[in-house]
Amino acid sequence: MSISVSNISKSYKNVQALKDVSFHVNEGELFGLIGPDGAGKTSLFRILTTLLIADSGKANVAGYDVVDDFKEIRNCVGYMPGKFSLYQDLTVEENLNFFATIFGTSIKENYHLIKDIYVQIEPFKNRRAGKLSGGMKQKLALCCALIHKPKVLFLDEPTTGVDPVSRKEFWDMLKRLQQKGISILVSTPYMDEAALCDRIAFIQNGEILEIDSPQDIVKHFPKKLYNVGADNMYKLIESLKHYEHMHSVFPFGEFVHYTDKRNDFNSIELNEYLTSKGLNQISVEVAQPTIEDTFMALAK
Amino acid sequence: MKILGFIIQKEFKQIFRNKGMLPIIFVMPFIQLLILSNAATFDIKNIKFSYIDNDHSTYSRELISKFEASKYFHVITDFPSEKKAKLAMLNGDVNVILEIPKYFERDLQKEKYANLSVTINAIDGASAGVENVYVNQIIQNFNKNIQVELFQPSNSNIASVDILTIPSFWYNKTLNYKTYMVPGILVLLVTMITLFLSGMNIVREKEIGTLEQINVTPIKKSQFIVGKLFPFWVLGLSILTVGLIIAKVIFNVPIVGNLMLMYLYTSIYILVILGIGLFISNFTETQQQAMFISWFFMVIFILMSGLFTPIESMPNWAQRITDFNPIKYFVEVMRMVMLKGSGFIDILPQVLKTVLFALIMNGLAVWSYKKTT
Repeated sequence: MSISVSNISKSYKNVQALKDVSFHVNEGELFGLIGPDGAGKTSLFRILTTLLIADSGKANVAGYDVVDDFKEIRNCVGYMPGKFSLYQDLTVEENLNFFATIFGTSIKENYHLIKDIYVQIEPFKNRRAGKLSGGMKQKLALCCALIHKPKVLFLDEPTTGVDPVSRKEFWDMLKRLQQKGISILVSTPYMDEAALCDRIAFIQNGEILEIDSPQDIVKHFPKKLYNVGADNMYKLIESLKHYEHMHSVFPFGEFVHYTDKRNDFNSIELNEYLTSKGLNQISVEVAQPTIEDTFMALAK
Repeated sequence: MKILGFIIQKEFKQIFRNKGMLPIIFVMPFIQLLILSNAATFDIKNIKFSYIDNDHSTYSRELISKFEASKYFHVITDFPSEKKAKLAMLNGDVNVILEIPKYFERDLQKEKYANLSVTINAIDGASAGVENVYVNQIIQNFNKNIQVELFQPSNSNIASVDILTIPSFWYNKTLNYKTYMVPGILVLLVTMITLFLSGMNIVREKEIGTLEQINVTPIKKSQFIVGKLFPFWVLGLSILTVGLIIAKVIFNVPIVGNLMLMYLYTSIYILVILGIGLFISNFTETQQQAMFISWFFMVIFILMSGLFTPIESMPNWAQRITDFNPIKYFVEVMRMVMLKGSGFIDILPQVLKTVLFALIMNGLAVWSYKKTT
């Protein structure tokens, strides 16, 4: 097992950031932590990368205890904090060289690991890191986190603030790294990225809500989900929200994802209600819940 | 060792790439040294002097001519009345008013006694004191001459006993204030630059988040601290070097003592300052905070260093506080070695205290520096 976390709790002055969190990440697994801002993702990362000490509970990374063997952990993990944290006044190459050296290695030695990524930023290797675009910065940060051939890679919201194309490229790279046997723990607020992980954990208010593969996690969706459409989106949402049997209403693309309180939901009844509210072109269909729906339902 | 070398190399690269830092390090000290050393004089010249002569006699004119002859006084004007003189003082046109009463000459001749009134603008207490001394010196001198004139014919048997004192100013023969200000200002520069830069440096890594990244690496605490502070130690010594060259070439300050001794002491002294800088940066989150706290200490250190006000004239409790001021010892050592040529044994007490400070400050700083929170 690459990472095992059991009953970790951490609180700051008046906020409990993590409540009795337990999960594990297998060797070579791409594990996603999905949750909104302030859910406790960064606290968890800081505990696992030995920057923060938990109030209670145990955690192991690559077989080492995060408190007792923190020195070993620092040698064998790569960490990419959410905020870009390389030297802005050093060039791309100097940054990479610096991190290689302090890990007692060289760029040459592990070039094969970063080659795919580094070729993309190599044309700018003499540019200062502060002058790179957002996506380039993330690629450089990933290179720096990888240069010492870590066994476990921690990525804290690596794609926040990055354009869709770069995000896609970034995830392709993570997939390739995974094939090289590196276990990856990644956090993201984006649900579409969650689908790319092997397993995901929903986290909110410091608690893990559910852990499963992206394909299976939707099975935890507690209700039957319907796609409701009409000509006036705003009016539709307002009307549904005031419907007496309404359980949840979320806009989803051109439809509204709707769940009902009752088990014997009748679409004709809803149709009539919406018509009475003056809506036209009403459609009600059974829908497959997405990861986002599942999260919203579980987080409620 | 390779890692340490690399951190130092990286640090120097960053210093030389920082467009804001570079001028602070190299230009500011010299401008300050040139300006402060020339401007921070304790001599008071061109005192704006005026008088009210109510007597218009030979004696009164003689007294006034003595002021006119003095290079310290610049006689602006005479006033017909006290009222006008006071108005001028209020406007800041004059700083000293001498009022010679009516019958000044007659009283002196008849009663052998006369009063003079001197009004001094004491908004600046220090210069008022000095002006008072100058005024008194001139009047006493005048007094002595008058005595000779008045008493000679009748009291020839009374020989005035004159004790003449000729002061001799050792280690600074001409009492050139630059000679003792330049070493002091050099001390300030070395201290200010190293304290501010080292204090801001580690906080900067905190601020931009690189410290977090560094902390997850196997880099050792000691390697990181030494790697971060060593460049500033070098900078401090190079500022001293250039400062000494300026002192010698531009101000022609005599450097009597052993240069190596000065470098030895400075290299220990900078360790104290770097320790303080590191300590400050451990307890601050932003460069701004670090800067303000550094300023706070800097101002206290400077004012209580004996550079601008002699420590001997401070109240007893304040003198005790200055014992904990590293700048005080640096100023002492610089003046002793540069001007007096003191040897190692002479400055041993200061060296020992500085070593002690260095150990305490760095101990505290390293202890309070943590890689985990």
